[in-house]
Amino acid sequence: MSVTHQLSPVAKLEQKTVHDLIVKGKRLDERNALDYRPLTIMLGTIEKANGSAQVYLGKTKVLAGVKIQTGTPFPDTPDEGILTVNAEFVPMASPDFEAGPPGEDSIELARVVDRGIRESKAIDLKKLCVQPGKKVFVVFVDIYVLDHDGNLIDAAGMAALGALISSKMQEFEVKNDELVFKDKIMPLPIRDYPVPITSVKINGSIVLDPCLEEEQVTSCRLTVTTGKDDRICAMQKGGLGVFTPDEVKQIVSTAISKSRDLRQRILSKVN
Amino acid sequence: MGKEQKVPLLDKNGLRVDGRRLDELRPLKLEVGILDKADGSAYIEHGKNKILAAVYGPREAHPKHIALADRAVVRCRYHMAPFSTDERKSPAPSRRELELSKVIRESLEPAIMSEYFPRATIDIIIEVLQADAGTRCAGITAASLALADAGIPMRELVAACAAGKVEGKVVLDLSDIEDKQGDADLPVAFMPKSNVIGLLQMDGSLTEEEFKQALDLATDACRRIYDMQREALKQKYHVVKDEAEKEEVAEVKV
Repeated sequence: MSVTHQLSPVAKLEQKTVHDLIVKGKRLDERNALDYRPLTIMLGTIEKANGSAQVYLGKTKVLAGVKIQTGTPFPDTPDEGILTVNAEFVPMASPDFEAGPPGEDSIELARVVDRGIRESKAIDLKKLCVQPGKKVFVVFVDIYVLDHDGNLIDAAGMAALGALISSKMQEFEVKNDELVFKDKIMPLPIRDYPVPITSVKINGSIVLDPCLEEEQVTSCRLTVTTGKDDRICAMQKGGLGVFTPDEVKQIVSTAISKSRDLRQRILSKVN
Repeated sequence: MGKEQKVPLLDKNGLRVDGRRLDELRPLKLEVGILDKADGSAYIEHGKNKILAAVYGPREAHPKHIALADRAVVRCRYHMAPFSTDERKSPAPSRRELELSKVIRESLEPAIMSEYFPRATIDIIIEVLQADAGTRCAGITAASLALADAGIPMRELVAACAAGKVEGKVVLDLSDIEDKQGDADLPVAFMPKSNVIGLLQMDGSLTEEEFKQALDLATDACRRIYDMQREALKQKYHVVKDEAEKEEVAEVKV
């Protein structure tokens, strides 16, 4: 069962401060409403993974790793590789995270990131087929939240994208129904670069990229994921509040223009 | 199982596989108060979707530690029956069902006046008996009627409907095959009088212009569904009234 969250006592105390600032058009860290926090991306930090990326979004830290292994294809897509996205809220990242099976928040985060990558058709899964119906490559994207200071979805989405574009695998061919690896290394076949942008509504105002103190007192959030040609490929509303249709349309426009800028910055990391 | 054959989703007259226009809803049937033990219940048939929703509460929070001092806790479970889909679905809750339970709860909570019932829980149970695309929306439409049937004070009824894109055209209320082969799906839950959106998800590929068009189409359909919800609620009490009148007549005869 999905149960209403309890607001932490600290968040309740900070609520008024955050709300009062928002009314004046200000924020806790002196950003403007539509400013993003400083973003740092490091690619390939984990050598044993096929690809990896560490993202710092303000004080939020997320690490994503890609492992590519063989597996059996799904019956309805026998000639396509498989993408699976999983998110781990590591207990070190926040006093609110507990060890154990994934909660609904980490499942939601993983599924929103998954939808962005899947629906933008970012990975050319047809090129990851070894033997139709029998053997394909499985791309495992594992997202590790290391420090939670708000807006985990965007940080995780960009870490996953960074890990995918930095992914390398051995070239392969099929000889006598056997998978044979060649000596050459090739990049993962990537066609699009989906970037999620999250806006939240605090005390009636729309702001981008909330930090944790802001996130805890938001009424609702909307994540819009767009690909390289400005097409929207995934969206997710969360939280107990509501948006008017006009607010939604405004958030979508902002997200489209913001994602262009961030996509450029992630791509500049690839040589 | 093999690969399903692709069929054209629009015919030469611009009509859809099931003969609907682009902005036409599938047939919708709503019934209120059909379970005996639940405090509120509703049944929806939307296309081939057959979904039951039940509400228990407000009742004392159990276990006690989940209770909130200033409002009721809302709990929601969306679940699909093992026989509801083409291939048997494992009865264990999937990641999809866990995510949908969360977004459905977040779409209904804004409508519930939970501040009237501190330390209580309101439990919403949605069981998909047969799935035919758009189950989360149909589930929300039914659950909001079940809440009203339970007598829980609400700001407004929540209506939900999906829009999407097939063969380059923005269409309303995707059917199963349109959902599988179409280009985009946009489920929306909407409260028409307050003009606010409580659930919004999207997957597929839409330009900004197409998105705006699809959102308008979906919210407009929610207005129509809202009227049907009101009618269904009234219907329940019409029946009660009619029966009461009959009994009165009978008593007079004796």
